[in-house]
Amino acid sequence: MVDLSINLNGLILRNPVMTASGTFGYGEEFADFIDLTRLGGIVIKGITLLHREGNPYPRMVETASGMLNSVGLQNKGIDHFVSDIYPRIKDLNDHIIVNVSGTVYEDFVVICEKLNDLEKVTAVEVNISCPNVKEGGMAFGTSCVSAAEVTKKVRNSFKRHVMVKLSPNVTDIAEIARYVEGAGADSVSLINTLLGIAIDHITRKPKLATLTGGLSGPCIKPIALRMVWQVAKAVKIPVVGMGGIMNTADAIEFMIAGASAVQVGTANFIDPLVTIKIIEGIEKYLEENNFSSVKELIGNMDCQ
Amino acid sequence: MKKRVEDLTIHNTQLLPGKFLLLELKSHTKLEHINPGQFVEIEVQNCKDTFLRRPISIHDVDYSGNTLSLLIKIVGCGTETLSRMKKGSKLNVIYPLGNGFSKSVVNEVLFIGGGYGIAPFLHLGKELNEMGIRPAILLGAKSKNDFVRLDEYSKLGELFLTTIDGSAGEPGFVTDHSLLIEKAGFFKKIYCCGPEPMMKAVAAYAKIYNTDCEVSLDNLMACGFGVCLCCITETVRGNEIVCTTGPVFNTKDLIW
Repeated sequence: MVDLSINLNGLILRNPVMTASGTFGYGEEFADFIDLTRLGGIVIKGITLLHREGNPYPRMVETASGMLNSVGLQNKGIDHFVSDIYPRIKDLNDHIIVNVSGTVYEDFVVICEKLNDLEKVTAVEVNISCPNVKEGGMAFGTSCVSAAEVTKKVRNSFKRHVMVKLSPNVTDIAEIARYVEGAGADSVSLINTLLGIAIDHITRKPKLATLTGGLSGPCIKPIALRMVWQVAKAVKIPVVGMGGIMNTADAIEFMIAGASAVQVGTANFIDPLVTIKIIEGIEKYLEENNFSSVKELIGNMDCQ
Repeated sequence: MKKRVEDLTIHNTQLLPGKFLLLELKSHTKLEHINPGQFVEIEVQNCKDTFLRRPISIHDVDYSGNTLSLLIKIVGCGTETLSRMKKGSKLNVIYPLGNGFSKSVVNEVLFIGGGYGIAPFLHLGKELNEMGIRPAILLGAKSKNDFVRLDEYSKLGELFLTTIDGSAGEPGFVTDHSLLIEKAGFFKKIYCCGPEPMMKAVAAYAKIYNTDCEVSLDNLMACGFGVCLCCITETVRGNEIVCTTGPVFNTKDLIW
């Protein structure tokens, strides 16, 4: 029997496979398909202080080996989450990880203070990397100073694990990661989507109502792997890797690059069973390659 | 029935005039009730252009044979790839998705369908027939060769046709048909599916005569089960997810 568990700086996961925010709803949408308790953790759809309608339609374009989206954090706000959604989902998994977004620093503080009372919310994922909102969002995550400031505010207001989700739309992601670590983050997750545009050459119109959107899917995987590798070398806190993970091999590659856990995102749209297939696949890989623990994969790249 | 992901077997495949594909898919387990207007998400393999699944509305259901049929307009690489698949091969399908049409509580029912939007009306018509309701069926196409399965639709109720080039039925759009003038106010329920401009015109007609009207939307979707939030439409309640709240909406709820 191989050991799949991961200690993510105090957050004990039964296995390293989590879901990426914005691709898994609140978890309950997958209840017909999979046993949700088997996941390492469920990272739910991003939550803001107030209700957000999100961006206008169209919000999605299929691209070569991926997709662009400009959803824009549609959600009903933290109070609705606390009163209506949390009671429904709190027992779906040991780790309900809430992705938190804000337009000003104070938003993060207010949301985190409300989340403190929800004991099944074992971690927050601080979203300083959403490319699809006009204010806040990615702007926080593209400067070292503001990334550190948001992290510090969350650190001081949330009692449990603080994971910070980094943007790839920066010059030096490792530098941002170091600032976030210095400000008290327990872990970092990366990458969020890459900013992109799609244009219809016949009509000459942009394909998204907002013009720009976030690119995800296997087309971004090499960039994501490189960034995970760079950040894992730069910080001591654990790294959660994501970006185009479609199968077991992809997940293992992220761990070899230095990730202690992974998040599966866009692949959930195509195969709602994919997370469970990856968990089973990792177990089989470890057995076949004579590893006793999944921890042995972390950063275990053979560069000889 | 509960949503499931299943490898369905292609029980029958048939190319129809007007670049339509009729696919009959067989489940290995018992099919429970599927609402007319519900849809499937198909994984298309061996097509370099398709990354996401393709949402296709359910055309017909045979509970005794555990098969469901899809009437697919061949428009791109994904649907073309589907049209080349052989009988006996497997397709990975998520189904049944969405809510579908509401059950009619009145007898004066009108279907209005355009293009491949006619697909869900076979299943819906059969259910209504079982309830003793024979709908009037108004279908529109560009030309007479673009109509498919009219023999099947004519069994459900009286057929009325329009074509843009005038080659069959009355010339013009569905909303130009004389039936809508002659029987103005007669119909108590309209079910509509087709291109968005057509559905908007029908919604406007329904509003004038205060007729209950449901439309099935065909928005771009990444998932089909309510997690990507890409397929939204504006409603009186704010942005709503088409794949799980719909795809069928009452037109009085839409901001059109």
